[in-house]
Amino acid sequence: MTRSLSLRAGLLSLAILAGTIAIWHFATLPTAGSAGNVDPEYAALVSGAAAEGQKSTFPTPADVAATLWKHLKDPFYVRGANDQGVGIQLAYSLGRVLIGYLIAAAVAIPLGFLIGMSPLATRALDPFIQILKPISPLAWMPLALYTIKDSGISAIFVIFICSLWPMLINTAFGVASVRKEWLNVAATLEVGALRKAFMVILPAAAPTIMTGMRISIGIAWLVIVAAEMLVGGTGIGYFVWNEWNNLSIGNIITAILLIGLVGMILDVALARAARLVAYRE
Amino acid sequence: MTKPLISIEALARRYPKHGGGETTVFENVWLPIEKGEFVCLIGHSGCGKTTILNVLAGLDQPSGGVVIVDGREISGPSLDRAVIFQGHSLLPWMTVMGNVAFAVTSRHPHWPKDKVRAHCQKYIDVVHLTGSEHKKPAELSGGMKQRVGIARALAIEPKMLLMDEPFSALDALTRGSLQDEVRRICTETEQTVFMITHDIDEAMLLADRIVLMTNGPEAKIAEIVENTLPKDRSRADVHKHANYYALRNHLLDFLVTRSKNFAVEIAAGAYDPRRPPVVRPGERAPAQPPPPIDAPRAVSA
Ligand SMILES: Nc1ncnc2c1ncn2[C@@H]1O[C@H](COP(=O)(O)OP(=O)(O)OP(=O)(O)O)[C@@H](O)[C@H]1O
Ligand SMILES: [Mg+2]
Repeated sequence: MTRSLSLRAGLLSLAILAGTIAIWHFATLPTAGSAGNVDPEYAALVSGAAAEGQKSTFPTPADVAATLWKHLKDPFYVRGANDQGVGIQLAYSLGRVLIGYLIAAAVAIPLGFLIGMSPLATRALDPFIQILKPISPLAWMPLALYTIKDSGISAIFVIFICSLWPMLINTAFGVASVRKEWLNVAATLEVGALRKAFMVILPAAAPTIMTGMRISIGIAWLVIVAAEMLVGGTGIGYFVWNEWNNLSIGNIITAILLIGLVGMILDVALARAARLVAYRE
Repeated sequence: MTKPLISIEALARRYPKHGGGETTVFENVWLPIEKGEFVCLIGHSGCGKTTILNVLAGLDQPSGGVVIVDGREISGPSLDRAVIFQGHSLLPWMTVMGNVAFAVTSRHPHWPKDKVRAHCQKYIDVVHLTGSEHKKPAELSGGMKQRVGIARALAIEPKMLLMDEPFSALDALTRGSLQDEVRRICTETEQTVFMITHDIDEAMLLADRIVLMTNGPEAKIAEIVENTLPKDRSRADVHKHANYYALRNHLLDFLVTRSKNFAVEIAAGAYDPRRPPVVRPGERAPAQPPPPIDAPRAVSA
């Protein structure tokens, strides 16, 4: 029964994919005479290529497939600062995300642990967390650029800020809501504070902490694209922006697909990790 | 008489009432427990049984009175008093072996790994869980979980075992076989036990003395019933003994009627909370005056 369900779901997925590609294909078939009517304002907005009147129709699926293949064949080339393989750009972005994220985890998990253990700290820090949490991480960017004066580190800082809150809040919540009976078990066994933290509280809160980590990595991957569009230089966000300036829609679509793919891989990796620490009651 | 292992003296617990004042859950509770004795506490819901057990365990502080163990007032939880909680409260991310080993390494931090293992295995075998060492609590039945809780408590070889309705969540068959196991283990090891129960038959099977509490608020120890059934009783033949119905009726009678109206009895006679009456249902001549279970300790009062 379940096997036939997943089989049917798979077939339906394929059908939806085929349908989308077919619609896309027929919608972008080159039609005669469409090149002439470029809105002058639009032409002014898009730089060089379009302003010169060069034809730039939306690419067909076949065009995008060819572009994608071209990128995948040689993802790590370097031809000058502004022309590097998409693999290198993704690596830059991933590197920034991982650095910012790991620093955030290193701060948020111990801090969240302490907050969760102390009702006083929970109450005292709550207003700050509530105000800081909803701030768009990109709003920190000017401040970061001003104080840090380095665009790469500023991007990492933005990742740090946006990954911090979900991990901090989930850790504090997970630690604060460890079941009283488990703490009582530790108490009647005269378990020391450190052993209690690592043998009881941490495993009990681990699923909640992992949920926070999973939310954080998702947000970080969303934010890095926008952050790199702002700071420029390297990274997949910069790549997208650069290709927009080149009006290379095929490259942009390729990048979008790859961003989605990497995001999915990150999410799956953390879901796997979450399964390792999950427990059934 | 020797000094009791545990002595509950003038214990009281009060909670602030809504809108000022205090409710007294129980007060002036005195109870000595001898070494090797199995004591059951019976009373209606809400009279403060769990609170008393938590105070004994060191998990809760009384509003008044003290608990003295081995001549010293208790100040917190101790490995000498193992608790079997009502909800089994196993750590769900650890295996059966892991749960027991967690307790054992708490008691013996310097034992090498294989010594801990062997020790745990011994107690896992005692509760008939051999073969389930590597299962997680979620993979066990309710009765098996409760048995892990028992193994965990026994494995630290405590001076005293505290049990809060350990079998109440189980079906009758499982409960029966676990009662037999607990009785066997406790008589073999001469374990001192303080157990809360709602179940008269359970108390009659397991306990040497059954402590009856009146209804709350302001609950008291009404009476201490000595078990008049033979020591070698078993679940299969306990009901055939001559004293069975006298004992059972006495307990039922208390729970059904007397526990509510105990204030009347107090007013009528000389009730001393320090020395609640001791009864031996079914015996022709009740010892008069009741044999003092223990002369209460002279406390500065
Ligand atoms: N935090 C609290 N604040 C106020 N009252 C409380 C609190 N905790 C317990 N009580 C009261 O103390 C009384 C005794 O509670 P306890 O859990 O000891 O009862 P119990 O005899 O174990 O009942 P049961 O048989 O249902 O388990 C109850 O009437 C309860 O209302
Ligand atoms: Mg209770």
